[in-house]
Amino acid sequence: MNKPEKLPHFRVVGTNPIRPDGLDKVTGRAVYGDDFKIAGMLHGKVLRSPHAHARIKSIDTRRAAKLPGVRAIITGADFPKPSVAMVPMGEGGYVDMNDTADNVIAKGKAFYDGHVIAAVAADNPHIAEEAVALIDVKYEVLPPVMDVRSAMAPGAAVLHETFNPGAFFMKTHKVLPNASRLELGAGDVARGFKEADVIVEREFTTETVHQGYIESHICTAQWDERGQVTIWTTTQGAFAIRDQVAIVCAVPMSHVRVVPLEIGGGFGGKDTAYIEPLAAMLAKKADRPVKVVMSRAESLRATGPSSGTFIRAKMGAKKDGTLVAADLSFAYEAGGFPGGPIAAGVLTSITRYNIPNVRLEGFDVLVNKPKVKPYRAPGATQSNFAVEQVMNQLAEKLGMDPVEFRIRNAMKTGDRLILGFPCPPVGGVEMLEAVKKHPHYKAPLGKNQGRGVAFSFWFGAGLTSSAELSVNSDGTVQMCTGSCDLSGTRLTLAMQAAEALGIDVEDVSPTIGDTHSVGYTLQSVGSRTTFATGIAVYEAAQKVLKEMAGRAALLWETDPANVAVDRGDFTDMNNPAHRFTFRELADKLEHSGGPVSAQSTVTPERVGFQLAAHLVDIEVDTETGKVDILRYTAFQDAGKAVHPDFVAGQIQGGVVQGLGWALNEEFWYDAKGRLCNASLLDYRMPIALDVPMIDVVILETPNPGHPFGVRGVGEVPIVPPAAAVANAIYDAIGVRMDALPMKPGRVLQKIKEQKSAAA
Amino acid sequence: MSTKKRVAATVNGDAAEFLCEPRQSLLEVLREVLSLTGTKEGCNDGNCGACSVIVDGTLVNSCCMLGVEIDGCEVETVEGLARNGKLHPLQKTYLEETGMQCGFCTPGFLMSSKALLDAHPDPSERQIRHWLSGNLCRCTGYDKIVRAVQKAARMLEAER
Repeated sequence: MNKPEKLPHFRVVGTNPIRPDGLDKVTGRAVYGDDFKIAGMLHGKVLRSPHAHARIKSIDTRRAAKLPGVRAIITGADFPKPSVAMVPMGEGGYVDMNDTADNVIAKGKAFYDGHVIAAVAADNPHIAEEAVALIDVKYEVLPPVMDVRSAMAPGAAVLHETFNPGAFFMKTHKVLPNASRLELGAGDVARGFKEADVIVEREFTTETVHQGYIESHICTAQWDERGQVTIWTTTQGAFAIRDQVAIVCAVPMSHVRVVPLEIGGGFGGKDTAYIEPLAAMLAKKADRPVKVVMSRAESLRATGPSSGTFIRAKMGAKKDGTLVAADLSFAYEAGGFPGGPIAAGVLTSITRYNIPNVRLEGFDVLVNKPKVKPYRAPGATQSNFAVEQVMNQLAEKLGMDPVEFRIRNAMKTGDRLILGFPCPPVGGVEMLEAVKKHPHYKAPLGKNQGRGVAFSFWFGAGLTSSAELSVNSDGTVQMCTGSCDLSGTRLTLAMQAAEALGIDVEDVSPTIGDTHSVGYTLQSVGSRTTFATGIAVYEAAQKVLKEMAGRAALLWETDPANVAVDRGDFTDMNNPAHRFTFRELADKLEHSGGPVSAQSTVTPERVGFQLAAHLVDIEVDTETGKVDILRYTAFQDAGKAVHPDFVAGQIQGGVVQGLGWALNEEFWYDAKGRLCNASLLDYRMPIALDVPMIDVVILETPNPGHPFGVRGVGEVPIVPPAAAVANAIYDAIGVRMDALPMKPGRVLQKIKEQKSAAA
Repeated sequence: MSTKKRVAATVNGDAAEFLCEPRQSLLEVLREVLSLTGTKEGCNDGNCGACSVIVDGTLVNSCCMLGVEIDGCEVETVEGLARNGKLHPLQKTYLEETGMQCGFCTPGFLMSSKALLDAHPDPSERQIRHWLSGNLCRCTGYDKIVRAVQKAARMLEAER
């Protein structure tokens, strides 16, 4: 791996210390969702709809209630109407809480296979499971709508008589019984295509995929005597869960305490309250704590996924390689309730290129699948699969090197974006130049082997984060933030605290607060934790240093303005004999006004854009259609890599998720809309044998919106793999792939078509 | 309801005697009866490897074995890897090489890696990937896990 040089003025940032929570994770001591237990705890199980689309005629729980050991049964009728309607849910999104409530448990209609109908709490999980099977439900089965094109076709079954179009970054407007739409543009597309010397026009489809975190959804709820509920759960965002539970269960937010446990993966899929309101309502009814564990099949049937799509792409360029026009239309599944990642998919589709004439159109389409959830750069992988293939085809028609073609059109710092503002500092051209110069780009290839490239963009998020630092008398520091740690952010935040305070990272002890013990913090999404919560930590550190400098001034009987602070050392500028290390001064705080702590809540807006370029070599087995990954190099701009090994890990993980999406992963529904591959054998995620080592090249174009130059890094690496592999398949055997996943059968079909066309 | 059976086994070197229902998996027994929650459930049908443990020297998915089947057996779980306050080289290298992100699959990977190194002290990259192919990790892309196992093999060789 290429390791970025450690800049001389950083002491801690840019190094690779060992994470403080690591020991507990290699010894089995760390407490994840199912490892939490509490005295008197019951076990909850959920009854789910076996139909993709059905009206619930009746639910009879009498037989289940008679089973010994059953303590409570709930149905949709036990839930109040949500206390608020539209609320912001992070990443600029709004959600209709009636939809959230109906997604938690069906009220009258089931919108997908696996939709919750009822739940049972019993003395043990086996009894709860038996009781669930004793609940009698009568359904009127309705025809399901399973893909975007049939959902938008005239005469399609209608999911919701009325709905509030969801917005994720942008608003959409209802235009069809099952769909809402957004459009944006620039210039004159018709004139743009007239100026074009080469035009490529294609259609693409992608299938529904799941985030695939290895730990399922698990939570435990307990009420206290004054009507406050505590929920221990595995989540990306304790406050997000708190807010949803409060609204869905009609409890004041102050009466819901969410304690985040260790989380076994999220990728965008773990900040929606699925089982937390069920556990809360069961616990209330049973007057006992209740744990609810989702099985793997339940998690595949009823959580996640990311949208399947249908995409039409038309782009044109001039002979000199200048892009002149793009007309792109995207239809993304929303699932059973509105509000998928359509706007993000549309906006990221071309943001990285300068194109003067553009029309972008997006449809958020209701289908009888689980309500889609963000999945690592939500919406971007699908649109990138289309656009980056069209880019390669244009380059081929122009006789240009595909990387050179991208450099010619790459957005640069200050260029006006389709979003209407100038591009903040980015290093896209430098990155593409690095790709061209890398030995991988010119390495020889064998028979049926090919090389593909793709270039990608993701926004990342700022959003609200809180941090508190408390200085101990021995010079160590407690750091509490509200950011759930999915991958090592306790450490990347502690490193920033240590850097800012001028102390060693081992002297910062990080913890994650629950919703009663730390300031408001939105979920760990949008690649935002090291960036935004890092700023909260940095700001709190500045307050600590200012307060400590004041104490030094007090002790030295001088003015605080005379105290200089540098890397943890406090000095009196007027008297060189006056000098304290951080530790020495920490010991004097108690007797100079009391121990020092500082809190900071920030909502940073200058989020550094994420850019990535990926190079992949593949080999196609032309007899079976199987594609093997031979070599992979991922280039990414981290702004400033706080922990370079963690940054590389984020990139490698994102790449392999992207390769799964590219080659294997898809939800497979039967004609009745039932998920047929609800297991990790049949929902085929990459295993160690499927992939080679993933080489990583980290570039650093500082983000001026962060004190150390940090950009988010977690999301964009999932975006390029599908397009890069598709381009590599064309390079290897000359067939253009237009559908995901590019599984053996699909590649073989393309090879057959190619042969019959040649004959 | 089924009658509980008495089972006597050795778990991480210690004698363990317990009662369990015949329908309880070894995974459920480890977690719920013996309170060894380091072994994780990711799928409960043998496809993710998060519940990997070693029974009489053989790597198994504890979700696919019954608790009553370990009567008279020696069981190794992640809790038994570190001895006398000293980490197993694999635990060290998974930390040093950042061979984990969320850490949920890590206990299973550690046990599969140990079974591999017990059988093949000097494995090739291909061998490592083969032995770990029953364990799913969704965070790391496997790169740093493979490197951690390679490094642990070198450390164990140096110790010998």
